[in-house]
Amino acid sequence: MNELDQFRQTFFEECEELLQRFEAVATTLSASEHDVEGLNDIFRTVHSIKAGAGAFKFSRLVTYSHEFENVMDLLRSGKRTMQPDDPDIIVQAGDILADLVAAARSGVEATAGLEDEMLTTLRGMLGHSVDAAVSVAPVAKAVGGDFAVRFRPHAAMYASANEPQLLIAALRSIGELSIKADLSGLPPLARMEPAGSYLAWTLTLRGAKSEAAIREVFEFVEDDCDLDITRIEPEQPAVGQAATPVAMVTEPSDPAASAATGQAVRTSSIRVDLDRVDRLVDMVGELVIAQAMALESLSEFIDIRHVRQLQALEDLTLRTRHLQEGVMAVRMQPVKALFSRFPRVVRDLSKTLGKSVRLELEGEATEVDKTIIEELSDPLTHMIRNCMDHGLETPDERATAGKAEQGVVKLSAEHRNGRILIRVSDDGRGLNPEKVLKKAVEKGLVEDGAELSKEEIEALIFMPGFSTASVISDVSGRGVGMDVVRRNIQKLGGRVTLDSTQGKGSTFTLALPLTLAVLDGMLVDVAGERYVVPLSAIIETVCPEPKQLRAMPDGGTILSIRGETMRLVDLCESLNLDRAGRPEPLRKLVVIVETEFGRHIGLIVDELLGQQQVVIKSLEANYRPIVGVAGTAILGDGRVRLILDIDGLAASSSRQRGPQDASGSPGGNARASIETRTALGGQSA
Amino acid sequence: MSKRVLAVDDSKTMRDMVAFTLKREGFDVVEAEDGMAALEKCGDGPFDLVISDVNMPRMDGITLVGNLRQKPEFRATPILILTTEADQEKKAAGKAAGATGWIVKPFDPAQLVDVVRRVCR
Repeated sequence: MNELDQFRQTFFEECEELLQRFEAVATTLSASEHDVEGLNDIFRTVHSIKAGAGAFKFSRLVTYSHEFENVMDLLRSGKRTMQPDDPDIIVQAGDILADLVAAARSGVEATAGLEDEMLTTLRGMLGHSVDAAVSVAPVAKAVGGDFAVRFRPHAAMYASANEPQLLIAALRSIGELSIKADLSGLPPLARMEPAGSYLAWTLTLRGAKSEAAIREVFEFVEDDCDLDITRIEPEQPAVGQAATPVAMVTEPSDPAASAATGQAVRTSSIRVDLDRVDRLVDMVGELVIAQAMALESLSEFIDIRHVRQLQALEDLTLRTRHLQEGVMAVRMQPVKALFSRFPRVVRDLSKTLGKSVRLELEGEATEVDKTIIEELSDPLTHMIRNCMDHGLETPDERATAGKAEQGVVKLSAEHRNGRILIRVSDDGRGLNPEKVLKKAVEKGLVEDGAELSKEEIEALIFMPGFSTASVISDVSGRGVGMDVVRRNIQKLGGRVTLDSTQGKGSTFTLALPLTLAVLDGMLVDVAGERYVVPLSAIIETVCPEPKQLRAMPDGGTILSIRGETMRLVDLCESLNLDRAGRPEPLRKLVVIVETEFGRHIGLIVDELLGQQQVVIKSLEANYRPIVGVAGTAILGDGRVRLILDIDGLAASSSRQRGPQDASGSPGGNARASIETRTALGGQSA
Repeated sequence: MSKRVLAVDDSKTMRDMVAFTLKREGFDVVEAEDGMAALEKCGDGPFDLVISDVNMPRMDGITLVGNLRQKPEFRATPILILTTEADQEKKAAGKAAGATGWIVKPFDPAQLVDVVRRVCR
């Protein structure tokens, strides 16, 4: 193994950053302006990749990046003026560069000929003939022997901090060396200039490897000295052989100058293996559970008389929380890294579609968990494509509608209520509700004559197999996309909704948790079972008067509160719980929660048990997905509880009563899952 | 007392490799990610050696060499520039600015050590 292999990881991580930067810069290039900064930036990127690739001997990557670098050098120095096609070529060449880097990283040879066409293009730009072979400089024949070297440094040599004694010492590794110093140029002390050069040497090297090896030693100073190297023929007496060296080169002791050593190297950031961070996150998660358990068990013994103990416990709780936040923050990254790829997507796509599109980015500094960032790339790409393909009109249509010809796609991120909201919006034609509904009826997704609200119609486009585009395009695919997008977002514990106004445009909103690891929850009791309701979803809790409740013909109940009406979900019924002998509560207790659609629903529960921060454990990973359940949590008492999925509950309750029941009855599943709860008794999960 | 080198490169990989190689040669390594940062770290010296990349943001290596040579404490410090295969222009520009020598990329530890021995006591 090459000793440098340990730096491969760093190299590839660096490549990733460089390529990201490349993309961000390359997409802004235009033929009309000479963006020196941008071109320099790209040149450096390619150069850095080449340099690293060379060290690790990725030869294809080296060859390719070498030509690419040369082209960028011509462009940045202005030796070649940007041609109309050049920005595109640069972007494409960057793609191939990324492919070659990826291949080197995976250790799998890239497709043969992958870069050939681009290499031809690049070489064409360099003015080389296409099939120009790489010329190899003739290597000087390595002929060994004895050599006489006359060496007289100029003052310039000293000015560049080259030391004759070091050069002479280096000759020792080439052959047997004898040295004769020529002191004849030394002026009297009074006339000696500190920066002057007065000495010369005649050096004899016996059994030297080659003349080239000697020349190499003087490589840096060739122009700053008189250097004369001659081969000593065997019969010729060697120069200086008889003479005893007049001045010996002595090794001066280490200068006492380097006094201030030992100072720490300052760095502003470090790279940490993600596994380590995740271990830390896990451990802190367990700590939170342990702390909650300690608190719960101690609360039996501690009361108001134990002020100091109470304070200590409070302090512990606070610090645990801070520690947790701190550790979580390590995993957080700005969405900028994610957003930066989209200018490119939009640019490429606008060409394909023949639509002029401006991409606006907002809130790039918003931070979110790294895993979420990674998982968002595909869904966002799909949504942006959807906006551009289906949402935005053609320039002609826009002109007719009195809009600017250039369409706008906006991508924004912000934090709200402990979640991150990412919006993808366009100023295009918006959704046509009648068309969507008609289509849904045709597809058998909705019964003919069904009356759906605006939100419900908008939600239809997330149904599997739905596509409104009359002509299926390559761009956003066969309509398989949006349901997959929704599924992927849901996997992350998030929601995606669409808000559209006909003629004005559409906005996709993704609401995602900031982290996948912890959740603030409200513990509720339903027929003796405990569940966790995400605190972020809770609006308020009420004990409604009978007159506020109204039975619906479909068997559901509606709650009216302050002029607003909402459907109630009886958790006992939805979760198919058995009340078996437990008394029905005297009055219904309703927790009003907000769905991601912005709709409010009321959850009927028996009792509120208090807030608690819980560590989320995936149900899918440990069991299987269940409608109405978002995940599991380990509580302070060591037991596993189910976290309710508000939207799943809302959807399934309305579906049960609605015209279409796509996924069957969810209730039984939730019931079955309750048996999975385990008493862990303080064991870590 | 260990010798001290200022390693200047915008590539972390390159800095890491230079640092790794020179630490084995008994150097303390101070890293800087471009010419500007290197100038800011001059005070962390005195340095026995400076190794700098040429192409860097904010301030390139050639400009850095020129700047360092203006400083009395760097007048006699060997400064090596990292350059590509046969870029004679860069070598000449580096020399003109006062560079002691150059190291040719791709990076090779043996070559680095060899060159460092030629310029640094």
